[in-house]
Amino acid sequence: MIRLEKISRSFMVGDQQVAALRGINLDIAAGDYVSIMGPSGSGKSTLLNLIGLLDRPSSGTYKLDGGDVTALDDAQQARVRSEKIGFVFQSFHLVPRLTAAMNIELPLILAGISPAERKGRVAALLENYGLVDRADHRPDQLSGGQRQRVAIARATSMHPAVLLADEPTGNLDQTTGKEVISLLEQLVVQNVALILVTHDPVIGSRARRQLHMVDGQIIDEQR
Amino acid sequence: MLLPDLLKLTTSSFLAYRMRSFLTGLGIAIGITAVILLTSIGEGLHQFVLAEFSQFGTNLIAIQPGKVQTQGVSVGIFGSVRTISIEDAMALRHLPNIEYVNPSVTGNAELCFEGRTRRSTVFGAGHDMPKVMASRVALGSFLPDDDPTQPRALVVLGSKVRQELFAGQNPLGSYLRVGGQRYRVVGVMESKGQMLGFDLDDTVFIPAARALELFNRPGLMEIQVSYRPNASLDGVLHTITALLIARHGREDFTLIPQEKALEVLGSVLDVITFAVGALGGISLLVGGVGILTIMTMAVTERTAEIGLLRALGAREGQVLTLFLGEAILLSALGGLAGLGLGTGIAQALHWLFPALPVRTPWLFAVVAELSAISIGLIAGVAPARRAARLDPVEALHVE
Repeated sequence: MIRLEKISRSFMVGDQQVAALRGINLDIAAGDYVSIMGPSGSGKSTLLNLIGLLDRPSSGTYKLDGGDVTALDDAQQARVRSEKIGFVFQSFHLVPRLTAAMNIELPLILAGISPAERKGRVAALLENYGLVDRADHRPDQLSGGQRQRVAIARATSMHPAVLLADEPTGNLDQTTGKEVISLLEQLVVQNVALILVTHDPVIGSRARRQLHMVDGQIIDEQR
Repeated sequence: MLLPDLLKLTTSSFLAYRMRSFLTGLGIAIGITAVILLTSIGEGLHQFVLAEFSQFGTNLIAIQPGKVQTQGVSVGIFGSVRTISIEDAMALRHLPNIEYVNPSVTGNAELCFEGRTRRSTVFGAGHDMPKVMASRVALGSFLPDDDPTQPRALVVLGSKVRQELFAGQNPLGSYLRVGGQRYRVVGVMESKGQMLGFDLDDTVFIPAARALELFNRPGLMEIQVSYRPNASLDGVLHTITALLIARHGREDFTLIPQEKALEVLGSVLDVITFAVGALGGISLLVGGVGILTIMTMAVTERTAEIGLLRALGAREGQVLTLFLGEAILLSALGGLAGLGLGTGIAQALHWLFPALPVRTPWLFAVVAELSAISIGLIAGVAPARRAARLDPVEALHVE
């Protein structure tokens, strides 16, 4: 489903060119469970951002569902993000002034889905993630685990094919971290491709495919 | 994104920053209040002045001696400027479409009745003056339709003169000395009040021919002509000009149609209204700067949120719409508050000082609200564009 061919990405830092990714080749199928591990600055997040279409490669091709998505313009990429990709962040990234329900609803609002349908979908998500009694709470009234559950509910509200999680347990204690991981793993069962960036070898080793990155390259893959 | 959702999202940020949004909206509200208040007073003044000038009717033409000329021929060759005479006025009466003609001389003379004296304005007028000048007789009648060249010595009093010289008495039939000559009082005019500080009631009216004698003048100061409302002004002007040229041999007079004069006056007053409105506009501009400041701050503060929106599938255009919508909504609400405040204060002023003319045409309100919205739009464009163009990856990493 995802095919990266010779993907490179370099940044200008001052007047020096720094390569964040060097010739990445990667195939990810629907329902794959992939963890990306490696030291800081190894290019894990850059790779995730590229897959999430938040960033563009300096060279190489990225095919999503058979189509080349690197050549799309901003609006088309936004549409792909909206329909196929879900994000879960380390710092949750909830909109502080909106309720939990509104945060979950946000991707649906941006996609222009009718209020009647949104209502049903949000209700189901609140139910699934055990947030029914927290629906009208704002993020600052929620615990860390609840916040990440809201974020996962939001990421799945558009039924994405790919879920990108950047250190999703980084701001959580171990118990809630495990809960969050098991929630994400349930999505894999539903044939969502889960790509997880993590520092934590315990969490990383749960994935079916474990990629290790150093210096912008995938040096090792364990299955 | 649907419009109700846009409203919901933008209002949510107002609610999150209540004080700040209130103060920013207040900036616009004060601007709109100033514009509405100043233009209301300007427009009220406009209406007031025009009403003052048109109380004599608008289908009037004033004929004055002398002609403003720019040609270089000396008047001396043909003799001095001929004055306008009572005979001219009599001739004008017979023109088509002319309703009433009033020969007019104005001066100042001492009035004397039973030892009481008073200096007042003396109008030399014709029988039709009340009709031309839209004034009414309160008591008795106006000057009779005598032969204009040899009228009887009769006088009509303004209400102030009557009050001062004939307090409590019926003046009709009494003899009043005007500049030393005896005049029999035949009528008293209704009060007309003041016009631009000039007391219209501290006057007496005597026949024009007698006034010429009294003031020792060779000719009239002005002839006022009223024409039928449905007649064309240009046609009437043309026939008057033709007649007077035939009588005088050349064009040594000036026609001033009231309508044209009012037009000029009206446009001058429009400029004044516009100028005071523009003064108010300066405070509106300051309000716009407030919006620009607050939106710039909002974009900086909510950078991570912008990154998130982009990650959730928002297009650049949607981010732009969200922030622009916020700026416009803020200014539109501020504008509405200003409209309420401005018209409220204008009405309160009108109520407190009934003499102060205040008027708020609805068109001004619409224009003011539209300019508030456009100011919000203009002030919002730069911050909203900045928000839309943020790099999502960098934006997400800003805490």
